Amino acid sequence: MAEVKYSWPSRDDSRVIGQSVDRLDGLAKATGAAKYTYDINPKNLLIAKALGCPHAHCRIKSIDTSAAEKTRGVVHVEILKEAGSEIEFQGELIAVVAAESEGAAIEGRAALKVQYDVLDTFTSDEDLAAAEQAGRTSKAGGKAQTEREPGDDDDEDEFIEKEIDRLLKESAHVVEGYYGVDAITHCCLEPHGSTVEWKDGKLEAWLSTQNVSGTDDGFARDLELTADDVNVYCEYIGGGFGSKFAPDYWGISAARIARATGRPVKFMLDRDQELKIAGNRPSGYIKVRIGADENGVVKVWDSVHWGTAGFTGGGVSHTVIPYVLVPKNYRRNATAIKTNNSQARAWRAPNHPQACAMSQTAFDDLAAKMGKDSYDVFLANLKAGNVDSQQQPAVYIAEMEIGAKLIDWKAKWHPHGKGQPRGSIVDGLGMALHTWGGVANDSTCQLKIYPDGGVESFCGTQDLGTGTRTVCAMVLAETFGLKVNQVKVNIGSSKFPNSGASGGSTTVGAVTESHRRASQDALAKIFDLASQELQADAGSLEAVDGMIRVKGSPNQAITWKKACARLGMKPLEVSASHKRGDASPLSSSGVGGIQMAHVEVDKETGVVKIKKFVAVQDQGLVINPKTCKSQIYGAVIMGIAFALHEQRINDPQTGAFINAELADYKLPRLGDVGEIVVELYEPEDQRSRGVIGNGEPPVISPGAAISNAVCNALGVRVPVLPLTPQRVLEAITKQASRA
Amino acid sequence: MTESRKHSGPASGFSRRAFLKGSGAVAAVTALHGQQAVAEQNQEDTTLVRGATTISLNVNGKSHQVKVEPRTTLLEVLRHQLDLTGAKPVSMDGSSGASTVWVAGKTVMASTTLALTCRDKEIRTVESLGGANPDAVPLAFVKHDAEQCGFCTPGFVVAVRAFLDKNPQATEEQIRQGLNGNICRCGTYANIIQAAIDLVKGGGNG
Repeated sequence: MAEVKYSWPSRDDSRVIGQSVDRLDGLAKATGAAKYTYDINPKNLLIAKALGCPHAHCRIKSIDTSAAEKTRGVVHVEILKEAGSEIEFQGELIAVVAAESEGAAIEGRAALKVQYDVLDTFTSDEDLAAAEQAGRTSKAGGKAQTEREPGDDDDEDEFIEKEIDRLLKESAHVVEGYYGVDAITHCCLEPHGSTVEWKDGKLEAWLSTQNVSGTDDGFARDLELTADDVNVYCEYIGGGFGSKFAPDYWGISAARIARATGRPVKFMLDRDQELKIAGNRPSGYIKVRIGADENGVVKVWDSVHWGTAGFTGGGVSHTVIPYVLVPKNYRRNATAIKTNNSQARAWRAPNHPQACAMSQTAFDDLAAKMGKDSYDVFLANLKAGNVDSQQQPAVYIAEMEIGAKLIDWKAKWHPHGKGQPRGSIVDGLGMALHTWGGVANDSTCQLKIYPDGGVESFCGTQDLGTGTRTVCAMVLAETFGLKVNQVKVNIGSSKFPNSGASGGSTTVGAVTESHRRASQDALAKIFDLASQELQADAGSLEAVDGMIRVKGSPNQAITWKKACARLGMKPLEVSASHKRGDASPLSSSGVGGIQMAHVEVDKETGVVKIKKFVAVQDQGLVINPKTCKSQIYGAVIMGIAFALHEQRINDPQTGAFINAELADYKLPRLGDVGEIVVELYEPEDQRSRGVIGNGEPPVISPGAAISNAVCNALGVRVPVLPLTPQRVLEAITKQASRA
Repeated sequence: MTESRKHSGPASGFSRRAFLKGSGAVAAVTALHGQQAVAEQNQEDTTLVRGATTISLNVNGKSHQVKVEPRTTLLEVLRHQLDLTGAKPVSMDGSSGASTVWVAGKTVMASTTLALTCRDKEIRTVESLGGANPDAVPLAFVKHDAEQCGFCTPGFVVAVRAFLDKNPQATEEQIRQGLNGNICRCGTYANIIQAAIDLVKGGGNG
């Protein structure tokens, strides 16, 4: 058999790849047939409900479980935090009650008697001075870089200080800005949790997870088993967004309770627990000075930023500030604040959305100060090569041109605050740009070709709703010249070969790598078999439309089924892998994208409405434009959410997370999203790079783009996201009092 | 333990206060929060039940014997006893719309509806729109990829079906105004709007 050269077919030769294919599990989801972790109901199931700590900071004095244990229907009570434990955020699970029904579990939970010593709290993450006074801050890194280098005798810090001052003084335009993004939560609609049962000493775990292949290990470690003793299943997952990589301590608890009671246990978090403890995104606030030349090219950036990733400190990494547009001279410093909130988890494109909203707002304010078109200021900085990105400036410029046409930028743009009002309504345009890696993760695909022509793949990946299942099938169908419904894709089980966790836009590259490799390997073997029958060289064959045929003479052909029949009695089994980081002709990393927002702001009510939103995104080779576009629509809507609606609100006195129910945690509804236009940027020079993930990149820019559009409308910056009506009105009032 | 008793009329009937006083009802209050709506629904009912009892529920055209307590929600019965898990427990106060089902022809949140109040009423769930001949709404959701993780999707499918039944000629503006009872976190709204527009145009409303 000739050595297989892995590649993608050209655009013209592709029959499945590049076509918009309906997601294979679409109907199962839309009719309620798809079974999520929350839907798994083994016989004799116990329902577990946990008690979350009502205080943001306290020490547990005592726990009395006796009344809970006596509650009708309660079967088991487990303490998760012993008396004496310090609790550092509201919602931390203290004890769990397993019962015959939800009602009994909730009644039993209410009967738990816990006494607390309440301790001081701090949650005012926007207030750096207060945090310093409370002793809650720590240095979180920084970096300074200047074109001129300090002399041997210079003190480096002093030199940088003088150099930054000099550059600012020599700048034609200087802007001082304050910007920020409040903390938000992942708010998965299927809360974190699992349904578990023990069978013959082995753990069967349905886990709502982004990490099917890695969480068997997670269970095994904490339960003193080996990963062979644990099977994790996740056919469907109701949202993850970066928060569902591990079984978590409540998953381990479910397994312990199931072992102790000898019964299956379902332990899902309550809604408020999901928001309080199961994932949030760090806040970030920045003070910045920038200096630019007469063309709006930024020459110097000087910033300090702070924020919180919860009780452990942390915050937005300084390494992505300023964001994408990076001048040659900069100084940045970060401060972490410890607050009484749960620890942040990776949230779709970690650090980038906040960095973008804290940086590219300053570039827009520069345009405002100069009375220049923001588009031209962004363009001038790209052309000046002030770019630190995984994508080329020329690609951004091409994408900006496309975006500008789609939103009619040139016709609709007006200087900041100088639009023609219609009653109390003013409109504005804003833009932003972003970058991401999206490298292909590890993945192995096991493929079986049956003598009857059936094709089945097995891969321990998961479909977060991105269309992974469908993309796998498309790759197999493309390779074998079959239809998508003629192949069967099996994912969502740790019994299948390892595939990496779905995080960082690494999945589509991973699974297309492994499925293309395995299918090309298998096809080479089928070609060998067919070549005997066709009396042609295996290298001259192609698989098209259910046939194996000789290239250039389509009548010299046998059906796929007939070729597979030559396998004899046994199926052909092939496995192929991709290792993250290995160079490959099939996948790559590093994308860009630009987004533009057209908003309407009502100056009387402070309400911001999205009129139109344009997203132009590159991601190398697009396998399924339909699900690829859905990812971008969804990312934009999630971006609209954190730009205008959602925020974690802590009571400054008690530290309580006071809006941790969906009635209070404001997310956009269907009527709030305006018109969204998505353009996939896939010229040949991008397509030829191979597959790159796009889960993260399009969620990065909306905050800055929308903030900039609101600033363009009002002529004043509303500094901190989300741009709630209250904040918009405050900014307008402040502007009026200055004038 | 089962105990039930018929009340004769409104004077001695099932007022909200009386309901809350019942021992089973105390548990109901702990089972849910912010459920004035739940308690008020029970004013229609004239049977006082304590403890577990077996009742008959008509779901998707079939009669089922189910065991419920006064605090048992319709959602819990559907999901745990009938394995109809299309309706989802996203927010127990009903603010997500994920547990939307029909009871007596009206959409309700199964998470804030007590099972006992559904006796003798026709209950219909998202599963009734599936099967061998799926309804036009789920098909349009597939065509327009109006779903990602899919956890909110069943609730949205029922909401869209109910909205279009009432507004078969809905304009895009009406669609944008009329489907705000459901939350999607993945951000499928743009695609749902297209699915609904297509359904109006294509007449897939029957």
